[in-house]
Amino acid sequence: MEKTFNLIVNGIGGQGVVTLLTFIDQAAMIEGYDVRSSELHGLSQRGGSVETHIRFGKKINSPLIPNGKADLIISSELLEGLRETAKSGKQTKFLVDDFAFPFLGSLPAEEIKKQFAASENEIHIISASKECKKKLQNEIVSMVYLFGYAVAKNLIPIKKESVLKAIDEIVPEKYKKLNISAFELGYAS
Amino acid sequence: MKKILLGNEAIVRAALVSGVSYVTGYPGCPSAEIGDEFGKIAKENGVYAEYATNEKVALESAIGASFSGLKSLVNMKSFGINVCSDTLFPLAYTGTKAGMVIVVADDPSCYSSAQSEQDSRGYAYLSKIPILDPSSPQECYDFTKIGFEISEKFNMPVILRTTTRCAHQRALVSFEPAFAKASAGKGIFIKNSHQYSTMPPRTLEMKNELLEKIKKIKAYAEESELNPIRKHSASNGASKIGIIASGISYLHALEALEELKLDLPVLKLGFFYPLPEQKIIKFVKPLKKVLIIEEMDPYLEKDIMQLAKSGNLKTEIFGKNILPRTGELDAEKVCIALSKLTNKKFIAFKTRNLNLPKRTARLCEGCPYWYILPIVKRIAPEGTIFGGDIGCNMIGALPPHSMYDYMFCMGSSIGISHGIKKSSPNQKVISFMGDGTFFHSGIAGMINAVYNKSNPLMIVMDNRITAMTGHQPNPGMGKNLMGENAPELQIADIAKACGVKNIKVLDPINQKEFEDTLKEFIEKDEISLIVCKRICALLARRLEKAKSN
Repeated sequence: MEKTFNLIVNGIGGQGVVTLLTFIDQAAMIEGYDVRSSELHGLSQRGGSVETHIRFGKKINSPLIPNGKADLIISSELLEGLRETAKSGKQTKFLVDDFAFPFLGSLPAEEIKKQFAASENEIHIISASKECKKKLQNEIVSMVYLFGYAVAKNLIPIKKESVLKAIDEIVPEKYKKLNISAFELGYAS
Repeated sequence: MKKILLGNEAIVRAALVSGVSYVTGYPGCPSAEIGDEFGKIAKENGVYAEYATNEKVALESAIGASFSGLKSLVNMKSFGINVCSDTLFPLAYTGTKAGMVIVVADDPSCYSSAQSEQDSRGYAYLSKIPILDPSSPQECYDFTKIGFEISEKFNMPVILRTTTRCAHQRALVSFEPAFAKASAGKGIFIKNSHQYSTMPPRTLEMKNELLEKIKKIKAYAEESELNPIRKHSASNGASKIGIIASGISYLHALEALEELKLDLPVLKLGFFYPLPEQKIIKFVKPLKKVLIIEEMDPYLEKDIMQLAKSGNLKTEIFGKNILPRTGELDAEKVCIALSKLTNKKFIAFKTRNLNLPKRTARLCEGCPYWYILPIVKRIAPEGTIFGGDIGCNMIGALPPHSMYDYMFCMGSSIGISHGIKKSSPNQKVISFMGDGTFFHSGIAGMINAVYNKSNPLMIVMDNRITAMTGHQPNPGMGKNLMGENAPELQIADIAKACGVKNIKVLDPINQKEFEDTLKEFIEKDEISLIVCKRICALLARRLEKAKSN
């Protein structure tokens, strides 16, 4: 890969955004890339919008992705996904969980989807949390499901084996099965 | 060994490799993972780790360790250095015995900070303590190690100043897997009051000793590998222009150079204080223009301008005249500045204004504060003034609560409410704070209100943990950082001992009792305290899960 791959993972504090980031970092390292990522903790993690940046490629300088340069957005929530369209480039693809976590004054899911539909970018809206809840009785791994989908559909230049190896290397024993199942489910969807 | 590490994790590794035996601090964002990680691994590595009641006490605790011959690491967020500054300044005079690195984590753009966008580098001028400014997890590792070396060599504490984008950056880090042997509990204090007591006329002598020390550290900085000049092709005509950058700004500068296809000389300053002045002059002298890239305040810019002036250099110095002083920097902002200095065209990306509703932080599902804030808002007489504090209760400032009429820093809500009651006795004031904040610095304000006779109503929202920064233990919990049982301090007992007469401890889920107490206490002529005791919902769920496992 000649060009740096720029990935924004965003969502709401507490949804597993940073956990997914650590999987992707590790998988990219296994692929032999230089990796740099940036995350937010604290106040912003208490139910607010959380945006994290992951960059991998030959040599990465800044941990922050310049506006318009993201190749892929993985978002755990519809409105948070839509928010990223403010600074998406023509090449930016979107992978968004069909899940809305409303708050006072937020937009209805249908309105968000309508705005997505009007966009010229490649957009994938898939039922990650719904599927995880149904098949794994656990929505917390919905972002891992999204990642599985991204790998299967070649939205991200990372091989499945690298992800499985990454999960094996960094996830505590008792959560391994759950995360691998979520990844496989998303991969097969 | 090579692994992906968070900046804060790299600091922990480096401290272990450097032989740290004593770790103390106060949790805050973006530094908390340092203390938290030590809480988990201290015992197996022969290290002692604690969270102190506040940053001042933490620094004092580390001084005790240093004087007893043990290497120490102190961790805190930006505002922590304000709290411990009283102790920090004399520490520069006495110096350390065993090495000490103080991590201070700034938060440009205030992602997890409310009270100000603080550039803690300014403390170098007040305290004369060396400050190192890393840009990446690898540098967090390297600079922590070098920090301990400098501290040991010059008997001076060293401040490692990180920022959010460095402390919470993940990248590959090369590190030594083997740790030096830690020696928690095996120090010996050898008396040396000549060195450890600041007392005039010795104080002024010590000041001169400090100034001498700084001269030596400056000479060290001149030779240090922490201030490298990036390789560039000198043949490039554009090299009449150069860059001086430090911390995370250096990485943005590299990104910007790549984006603009420029090849300019860059002096990277790992040492913020003392500056390698000769090296800077030598770098600046042949250049026509220099851009200083630093986040927040123009400290480097001012110093370098002064250097250029006293050296009669013709170089034009650019900085905050073309870079923002507020908010974090990024490659785009640097590109815009560089395009002004060079003839390179740069068109900034135009973001679209979508006008989407903003999602702010909110209380978690089941949070006990949901039972407190709306009830107080409803029951308090019209015009009651509400004071907020730091911690999860800050969320009371945001919708749907939007309650606070003032909000400052840790423990301040009670101090300010006292001043309002004294100045405007007919207005009702209710001040909120969490249990962690009460132990940190709320107690002093409460004593002041008792002693100086005012009557605010104080509500301590005791959720049984320091929640906001990631669930750290505090003195009210009966557990310490290393997971040992500890005395469980009762907030009501402390208040009683401090002379507060009206005290009620209740579970805010008992709405009637809470409402009746509010109505009664708000009319009291003396300060009163309601301790709303109910466990953080996240903690409760976690404990339940642990039990069922």
